[in-house]
Amino acid sequence: MNHDTRDIIVVKNLVKKFKEVRAVDDISFEVKEGEIFAFLGPNGAGKSTTIKILTTLLRPTGGKVIVNGHDPSENKNETRKSFGIVFQDASIDDNLTAYENMYFHAVLFKVPKEIRKKLITELLKFVELEERRKDLVKTFSGGMKRRLEIARGLLHNPRILFLDEPTLGLDPQTRNHIWNFIREINKKEGMTVFFTTHYMDEAEKIADRIAIIDHGKIVALGTPGELKIRTSTNSLEDAFLAMTGKTIREDEVSSIDRLRMMRKTRRR
Amino acid sequence: MSTIYILWLRQVKKYFRSKSRIIGSLGQPTLFLIVFGFGFGSIYQKAGEGNYIQFLAPGIILMSVLFTAVFSGIDLIWDKQFGILKETLVAPVSRLQIMLGRTLGGATVATIQGIIVFCLTLIVGFVPQNLYLLPVALFFVFLVALLFTALGTAIASLLEDMQGFQLIMNFLVMPIFFLSGALFPLKDAPSFIVDIARFNPLSYGIDGLRASLISQTHFGILGDFSILIITTLALLIIGSYLFERIQA
Repeated sequence: MNHDTRDIIVVKNLVKKFKEVRAVDDISFEVKEGEIFAFLGPNGAGKSTTIKILTTLLRPTGGKVIVNGHDPSENKNETRKSFGIVFQDASIDDNLTAYENMYFHAVLFKVPKEIRKKLITELLKFVELEERRKDLVKTFSGGMKRRLEIARGLLHNPRILFLDEPTLGLDPQTRNHIWNFIREINKKEGMTVFFTTHYMDEAEKIADRIAIIDHGKIVALGTPGELKIRTSTNSLEDAFLAMTGKTIREDEVSSIDRLRMMRKTRRR
Repeated sequence: MSTIYILWLRQVKKYFRSKSRIIGSLGQPTLFLIVFGFGFGSIYQKAGEGNYIQFLAPGIILMSVLFTAVFSGIDLIWDKQFGILKETLVAPVSRLQIMLGRTLGGATVATIQGIIVFCLTLIVGFVPQNLYLLPVALFFVFLVALLFTALGTAIASLLEDMQGFQLIMNFLVMPIFFLSGALFPLKDAPSFIVDIARFNPLSYGIDGLRASLISQTHFGILGDFSILIITTLALLIIGSYLFERIQA
């Protein structure tokens, strides 16, 4: 890893408490510009909370965070212009067309009017959805929706792309396809990619460096090779299990899980 | 401005795309108009009150506005839990703009719904008396729509999931409708009903709409107007405050 590149994300002694629970417990790490960084951990380890803090959605209880030179809790709008994000749950409007979804995002993110159309067309071509631009998103497959979300996340030309479990529930072909896009963006634009996943093989193949978080603390940080050597294991999956243990985390059924179940039966 | 406009446009476009929802939401007002309108019509006439359809129509128009408005506010719960709202919340725009755009969009949708039901009432025999007051009537419909969308948004900002939804339906929306003078004249009602209706903003909406459509009023059109404006502003302020505090 080239050491003169700047740190685009800096997290120092970050703490987030929900009432008395320490969801994130004094973590520190840096992500270098242009790096593909994987953030792994069992359910409830603190991954999503950290992403929410980095993306201005939550205020930290303590510690310091810098994203592209801005403090997400102080300088929200500047931070927001710095990153694009693909959330774990689908966040596109099913009853709007691919083009409309893109266009609305462009307006919200203040993409100048003169270049909106051109940019949208370019990005839709890039994710191979240009022919479907006028179709309602509800007719799209899961993989197409994800591609559209990625294209939308790139629309305001961010420096960092956050991906929260971007390949969850997709078949291997689609997953492969999506990672190819992400690699290409990373190479071409030098864009920093910060992602979470439960698929260890993906992290092993794609990430330059990996942080493993458990019970709100970072238990390991390094290249996939370093993590395997440290635990004397052959795969990242084994290294992960060696560091986080084999106990299954019983997540309480939260309100969002209930809604996810209801959503399956509901037609919008 | 462009933020508010684009969020408004999103709501309105989505409404016109869901044809089944539009048609489905006309079922209840149609049923109420026919069952109550024709069922109680003759009794109402015998009691010397005149044509019941004339009296009932404004109430049914606003019933449909009330339901559409509260629901489009409540829809926020879904958007809040899934990415749709989060995506908007990470945009470099203020939350107040987001809340206003959504609420105005929901209110517009509810107003359109009210206009459709108004056309339905014409089919079953409703005759508005003062055609030149139609713009005033439309204004009352929009105020009621805005008021209850803001209420729905405020409630949805507090709720985590749809579990509380039945509670809101049965203990808030239904009583608001039935205790508003939508179905019966307040002037002959027992005083405890009138007292409750006095604290119900929908009563003033319906009274204002009756005043402009059939020249009948219980509270007086200026009173209706001022109370609705004040309540709407108050709910918009409360709604924005609660929306501001949503933790994504």
